[in-house]
Amino acid sequence: MKEKSVLEMRGICKYFPGVRALHKVDFTLCEGEIHALMGENGAGKSTLIKVLTGVYEKDEGEIFLKGLDKPAVIHSPQDAQNLGISTVYQEITLCPNLTVAENMYIGRTKGVGQKWKKMNRDADKILKSLGIPAEATQQLSSCSIAVQQMVAIARAVDMECKVLILDEPTSSLDDNEVEKLFGLMRDLKAKGVGIIFVTHFLDQVYEVCDKITVLRDGQLVGEYEIENLPRVQLVAKMLGKELDDMSEIRDESPVYHGADESEYVIEAEGLQSDAGIKPFNFHIKKGEVNGFAGLLGSGRSECVRAIFGADHVTAGSVKVKGKKVKISKPIDAMKHGIAYLPEDRKVDGIVGDLSVRDNIILAQQVLRGFFRPYSKAEANKIAEEYIKLLDIKTASTDTPIKSLSGGNQQKVILARWLLTHPDYLILDEPTRGIDVGTKVEIQKLVLKLASEGMSVTFISSETDEMLRTCSRLIIMRDRKVVGEISGNELTQNSIMSTIAGGDIK
Amino acid sequence: MQKTNTNKKSVGQMLKNLTRKQIFIPIVALLLLALFNLIMDPSFYQIKFGYNSAGNPVLSGYIITILDNGSELAILAIGMTLVTAATGGQDISVGAAIAIAGSVILRVLCGTEARPAELQAPIIVAFLVACVVSMLFGAFNGILVAQFKIQPMVATLILYTAGRNIAAWINQNQLPIVSDATFGYFGGMIPGIPIPTPVFIAIACIVITALALKFTNLGLYTQSVGINESSSRLNGLNPKFIKFITFVILGLCVAVVGLIKVSRLSTINYSVIAKDIEMDAILAVALGGNALSGGKFNMPASIMGAYTIQFLTTTLYKFKVASEALPAYKAVVVIILVVMSAPIVKERLASLGKKLRAHNAKEVG
Amino acid sequence: MALSTKKSAAAGQVQKKKKITDANLLLIITIAIFLIMYIGAMIFLGGGFLNAQNLFNILMQQSALIITACGMSLVMITGGIDISVGGVVALVCMSCAVSLDYMNWNVPMSILLALGIGLAYGIVQGFLVAYLEIQPFIISLAGMFFARGMTTIVHTEPFNVQNEAFTALKNTRIIVPGMGNVNRLGNYIDAYINIGVIVALVIVIGLFVMLRWTKLGRSFYAVGGNSQSALMLGINVRRTKFIAHLMCSVLAGIAGYVYFLYVGSGSASHASGMEMDAIASSIIGGTLLTGGVGNIIGTFVGVLSLSTIQNIVSSVGLDEAWWTGITVAAMLCLFLVIQSVITSRKRD
Repeated sequence: MKEKSVLEMRGICKYFPGVRALHKVDFTLCEGEIHALMGENGAGKSTLIKVLTGVYEKDEGEIFLKGLDKPAVIHSPQDAQNLGISTVYQEITLCPNLTVAENMYIGRTKGVGQKWKKMNRDADKILKSLGIPAEATQQLSSCSIAVQQMVAIARAVDMECKVLILDEPTSSLDDNEVEKLFGLMRDLKAKGVGIIFVTHFLDQVYEVCDKITVLRDGQLVGEYEIENLPRVQLVAKMLGKELDDMSEIRDESPVYHGADESEYVIEAEGLQSDAGIKPFNFHIKKGEVNGFAGLLGSGRSECVRAIFGADHVTAGSVKVKGKKVKISKPIDAMKHGIAYLPEDRKVDGIVGDLSVRDNIILAQQVLRGFFRPYSKAEANKIAEEYIKLLDIKTASTDTPIKSLSGGNQQKVILARWLLTHPDYLILDEPTRGIDVGTKVEIQKLVLKLASEGMSVTFISSETDEMLRTCSRLIIMRDRKVVGEISGNELTQNSIMSTIAGGDIK
Repeated sequence: MQKTNTNKKSVGQMLKNLTRKQIFIPIVALLLLALFNLIMDPSFYQIKFGYNSAGNPVLSGYIITILDNGSELAILAIGMTLVTAATGGQDISVGAAIAIAGSVILRVLCGTEARPAELQAPIIVAFLVACVVSMLFGAFNGILVAQFKIQPMVATLILYTAGRNIAAWINQNQLPIVSDATFGYFGGMIPGIPIPTPVFIAIACIVITALALKFTNLGLYTQSVGINESSSRLNGLNPKFIKFITFVILGLCVAVVGLIKVSRLSTINYSVIAKDIEMDAILAVALGGNALSGGKFNMPASIMGAYTIQFLTTTLYKFKVASEALPAYKAVVVIILVVMSAPIVKERLASLGKKLRAHNAKEVG
Repeated sequence: MALSTKKSAAAGQVQKKKKITDANLLLIITIAIFLIMYIGAMIFLGGGFLNAQNLFNILMQQSALIITACGMSLVMITGGIDISVGGVVALVCMSCAVSLDYMNWNVPMSILLALGIGLAYGIVQGFLVAYLEIQPFIISLAGMFFARGMTTIVHTEPFNVQNEAFTALKNTRIIVPGMGNVNRLGNYIDAYINIGVIVALVIVIGLFVMLRWTKLGRSFYAVGGNSQSALMLGINVRRTKFIAHLMCSVLAGIAGYVYFLYVGSGSASHASGMEMDAIASSIIGGTLLTGGVGNIIGTFVGVLSLSTIQNIVSSVGLDEAWWTGITVAAMLCLFLVIQSVITSRKRD
């Protein structure tokens, strides 16, 4: 180990069935530094953190901690705690039904007894020193989400850790609270604690961090000093494009197939849902491919979910082919010829135990109605047709979809929606976590469908993919539409600068 | 299974395919029981043809008894399978609901008299009223589960607590007796036909279910909701309604069973009728290899499971096990089944199997 | 962001005042309903309800239920359920009765037997639920049927225990000073309770203290509130669940003996439906089925509420047995729906 480092992870590999989540990742954290861990969704940040905190067992590699001669053995969150690694997760991992003080101290001491008065006093002292507006004896669920997050931070801070991991702790905090947190982080840094900071807010990274490690597709891109890595380059590294080769891509840009100016397939005005997006306007023409761009959590999925009626729509109106319609649940949207391939394939897409056949016909079957089921022969015929069309690799139509690879699962879901012959197809991250070959196939398919007159909205974390397919991009930041780029202005640089916000150079 | 490797590959493969079929579990259980009976006493399988006291032809024997008494369970298993598939929970109020259905039938047939000389209403009307009432109680359970998101077993606890009391209340705790002979046909025998009527009713229910599964999307929808509710919603389904409707269907099954039960006795005993039948119905679903946590189901396997349980019950009776002690034996079967089907146990067994195989390979190599 | 700053600052102000939490709200509703019912009964029905002995009678009748309901609450707080308790009570009654009258065991040995049965049940069910992650409902359903079946296997016919030492213990009355009343003849009659009540009260207080002020008790809440978080906070979730089921079954064993002391007989039909009464009492007492929320005092009041309803139902002349069951179910339904509404509101 190096002189000043408190934590070194060497050659960490982690595999999930069919997925390589981490591959030979190295990570070094020094004493008294704030180290940003950056990467787009699926890059492996949270897997790396979970390996470090004992939630996942690593498959290969070693973890060294300061003061230990041997590689550290971490099998559970408890082990990590005992070794001086404390963590604040993005989703609050506290127990809402316990008091604030209990949440700060439970699971930390050995033995049966607990000195409650002393505990409450200690807790109050810490809360006060951090300026957290909560009382030790208050029940955690009665605090706001932000305060709960601060309590989680207080717990982590109080554990006298060597390594503090903050996994997107600021997503529920407001500006003041973020400032407070940064103050705290700087204090801890001065005391020599190493802090790993995961966030997708670029401003915050540049405000408080010393170093940045970038991951992409489960692999290490590199470790950089903050002053040597301007914002745009950081975005480029996260998205996997160096600045140099950014200009070339436009050549492949799609031919614009737009039909009549007047013919809007979908028009949305002031649409808003309970998922917390600011009202937005949206329209798409026949045969057009457009996209929502923005970093993870910027609200791009929430926008399309609102159009599809997947989230509860609270305001705004939608017109389909010029006619005002009411879309309150997915079936309404489906009846108006809208199809939606969801972002999270596992949770919202596949019906795991059902066969490939049933998964393909599901949406169309629901549209046909309860009393008109496809016969098994019909269903098989349809399924086989689409398996051939999309080149889905499956043993048979009877195979449960969950035993297919990610890319093939995605193709099955795509087949499901193509079968409904939609006028407007929404693809939310259709290429996430699937192999390069399939990615290209899906992109080609999108362009083909558009040339046949289908309108497509394409959302992807990979900008070059969007550039290749979309003729117009709506840019989102902080759950708000912040810009729209189309035609010749559509370049990596313009997208990134709009996403990053503020000055470019 | 792990031992049939290398030299017996084809046999092993065949066995493996067979064991993968869900219906394999109840069939093996049934075969084991059948074998046990064959060894202990082959006369178990005798079917005698004779005439009863009224001079009507009857078939008798343990096999007929199993088919006869298994009818109720098989019908209930149909509804319970659907509820299990869609909600991932079970309805523990079916026994109590059967008491209500039976009580309603008697109330309609007898009016307020305890022993009416003639029926106050046609049997079909009584049955239809019972159907409506049972479906309403099913709907009550369904609303609690689908709308209020209460765990099915706990939601149905309410009707479980109240059901037999409501049944008693309907008839003001009287025990009306139906003297009309035609009413006895449903649970007994129709003169001239030597096979008990419940067998035909069960077959009719099974056929209707099979047709419903073939000509509607009932199966696809319930499974889809049970496996992935969120995804089902995004495909245009209404998971709440589907959960609700499975409880209503179970209500219908309950009404049919209620008719058979009261017809068997021509009267009712509120605290005893269909006692503990919920346990057997849940067991039938589990024995059919269906996950009690919902999702994919196999209806024939469930029905097969129901008859297997009846087979077990009849066997135990034959060996003079007191009816009160039966649950203890069944409980052991349940525990073994759920432990064997627990994911953790399966995983452990699989990894153990792998180790064994690796070990074997080493020895051979 | 600027918008939310103001909002959370305002929220911070509100937090200074202590808000009534859901758990407390449920508890308050329960206690209020109980008091209204009991005081209402005193005013409108008078008679027996005015005597303290009436309350003591309820306690004596229900001491076994109080103990099982407490055990049930423990399990429910960790997010589980145990419906085998009624069966265990019946099994303990029958086994102890047989051991005393047919095998000539002495009383302490029969008490050990009761504890042993509870312990065995707890270990098996706890292991299956906590370490094999099988649904607790299924396991304890099987457990219940096993216990009921075993009861008749141990001895089929119900019978009264003749053992002298036991009957002496059964008839022990503990006088409560100053709570007696004057009967029609003008004689002062002492109010009394029995040993079962003492045991039940000690258990209620003990468990209340344990849940409130020990680390084990708090980890019950943590596991039930959010088992994933509890794991992250460094709690051994499996062991906690195991202990909860173990305690529940052992308490059911104790309750079995208390029940046995009250009825003095063994019968397969003893304590039938007690598991459902225990669950109902817990729910009425404000224990959430989803886990994480619950209070032993609430459970205690829940049992009292249940038996007060039964008392009232029978004293207003609705003495047909079914009304009790129907009112209990209606009350259970009401509380389940209230809970559902509260939890879904929180989710939004």
